[in-house]
Amino acid sequence: MPKVVINEDICKGCGLCIRICPKKVLEMGKHLNIKGYHPAVYKGEGCIGCKSCALTCPDVAIEVYK
Amino acid sequence: MEKIFEKTKVLNDRTMHYCPGCGHGIVHRMVGESLEELGLVDKAVVISPVGCSVFAYWYFNTDNVEASHGRAPAVGTGLKRANPELIVVSYQGDGDLASSGTAEIVHAAARGENISVIFINNAIYGMTGGQMAPTTLIGQKTATSPFGRDPKFAGYPIKVSEMLSTLRGTRYIERTALNNIANLNKTKKAIKKALELQEKKEGFSLVEILSPCPTNWGLNPPEAMDWLEKNMIPEYPLGVFKDKRADEEE
Amino acid sequence: MAEKILMKGNEAIAEAAIRAGCHLYFGYPITPQSEIPEYMSRKLPKFEDGAYIQAETEVSAINMVYGAACTGRRVMTTSSSPGISLMQEGISYIAGAELPCVLVNVMRGGPGLGNINPEQADYFQSVKGGGHGNYRLVVMAPNSVQEMADLTHDAFDIADKYRNPVMLIADGNLGQMMEPVEFKESSIGSVDHSSWSLTGMKNRDPHIITSIYLGAEEMENYVKKLYKKYDEIEKNEVRYEEYECEDAEIIIVAYGIVSRVVRNVIEDLRKQNIKAGLIRPITVWPFPSEIISKRAEQAKFLMTCEMSTGQMVEDVRLAVNGKKPVHFYGRFGGVVPTPDEIVDEIKKYL
Repeated sequence: MPKVVINEDICKGCGLCIRICPKKVLEMGKHLNIKGYHPAVYKGEGCIGCKSCALTCPDVAIEVYK
Repeated sequence: MEKIFEKTKVLNDRTMHYCPGCGHGIVHRMVGESLEELGLVDKAVVISPVGCSVFAYWYFNTDNVEASHGRAPAVGTGLKRANPELIVVSYQGDGDLASSGTAEIVHAAARGENISVIFINNAIYGMTGGQMAPTTLIGQKTATSPFGRDPKFAGYPIKVSEMLSTLRGTRYIERTALNNIANLNKTKKAIKKALELQEKKEGFSLVEILSPCPTNWGLNPPEAMDWLEKNMIPEYPLGVFKDKRADEEE
Repeated sequence: MAEKILMKGNEAIAEAAIRAGCHLYFGYPITPQSEIPEYMSRKLPKFEDGAYIQAETEVSAINMVYGAACTGRRVMTTSSSPGISLMQEGISYIAGAELPCVLVNVMRGGPGLGNINPEQADYFQSVKGGGHGNYRLVVMAPNSVQEMADLTHDAFDIADKYRNPVMLIADGNLGQMMEPVEFKESSIGSVDHSSWSLTGMKNRDPHIITSIYLGAEEMENYVKKLYKKYDEIEKNEVRYEEYECEDAEIIIVAYGIVSRVVRNVIEDLRKQNIKAGLIRPITVWPFPSEIISKRAEQAKFLMTCEMSTGQMVEDVRLAVNGKKPVHFYGRFGGVVPTPDEIVDEIKKYL
């Protein structure tokens, strides 16, 4: 099952990954990271490993597994 | 399970200082990956401009040099003429390239300098707080066009790719954008092509990349990408404007 | 035995640079120094590692010099007064980034477009700043075609030694006149720049060349480092020439073309039993303050002669520090003072 791992400490909560995800498996976390942003969070299932989120992340905070 | 995507080693561990949703980080990654994939890291020199990416040299695991505003193509000319084996990346924003550095970019292109120029067009001046750029759209509100860009005082936006493509000395000019996955992929391809052409010593390349500036556009990052798609792409059409050797028969 | 060639001052600079291993030239035509880019455009393409680029403006030219200097190779540009004004931003960046290079200003009439006659009115620009910020240029003033060649050769060595730009200030007279010149042996210098130069980071850490230091104390410490370098230069690189100063009661200070006129003045005065001597600064930065201060002790007064409204005279006054009067005589706009005028001026104070 493909999945993404988001580095919460680097994430700036920009939301571009959420916008681009074709399967809508990412969402804004309710908690705050160390910088004070709401990091993006993988809902846990449904990822197809398309890498779109990783490719749009301005902080290269996402790793993708397949 | 295998890892199918991770950060290129050409970008170091330092957290990038750019705003959330800024296009710089995306393009830095593409430049780094392209250098890595082409095996050009050890020969690369990245030129940092004046603008938000003035500290691009904090992030690239390559040789780096800072240039004064607009002068990067001239600095690149000096580097490349002094050492033709270097792979020179001139990374510039719209104030740097289309305002202060109009002479430098036109002449580096006309001379066919064998360098790769990455031109980040976000229709505004980021670093200095959101003033109008030569690429700002008519009617667009900025810190120095508070009522919207008025052609009576500010003229019309400059289309760099179109303009430079009229110069015979250029080899490859393409405009891309960062707003969706197809365009992200095209942007990466274009950057890689520009570097490949430099390695093959085929001349001057420029990739103009339409990029969001959420902070100064006053939009959140997803809205900014939508704004880019709706407003910038019609003004700045995407595509290849030049893809021919300068010395080929007309 | 080395050949003596009859050459124009401008061309002597170009030939000396080439023999010093400088095969990179980025410049722009401007009277009265266009012979230099023209000479370079003829000679440099013959070298495999040579490049002559006619830049779009002097602004671009100085930035090409900046880029080339990053690779550790010898590089120069030349211009004249208004063009040197355009280069000031780039020069500040080069000094701020500690890059070696050689610059030449063949001075002409100013301010503004001025004229194409010789003048010495860029002393302030070269010695006191020109560009913004805390930095110094080593500035040398030749007074013959031979010196145009010799000082160009030495300029590259000094630039490499201290990682700093070195500027020659000549003038339209020196640039255009023809005299016999003998060139020093070719050399490319022996300083190794591999610890900082941009050569592609094979098997080493990345090098970064920049002049940005955002933190206040960080910037202060960096500039202190630069100024330690300038202290060394002041200790080691002062050059000057004395003519008939041993028993002189009147000391004239002049550089460049004016120093040649003043030699005649000294001879004329001596014929009339007036004990005059000339101190000719060859480096105007670092300024030969020590010798001027020393000779001021024995002098009744000093006079500075310049083709300007009075620029170097301020440094002479600083060196003399009120010990004795320092008078000034100058012509400008391109007018070269005659020995008679200067003799008459001196006599006013006797």
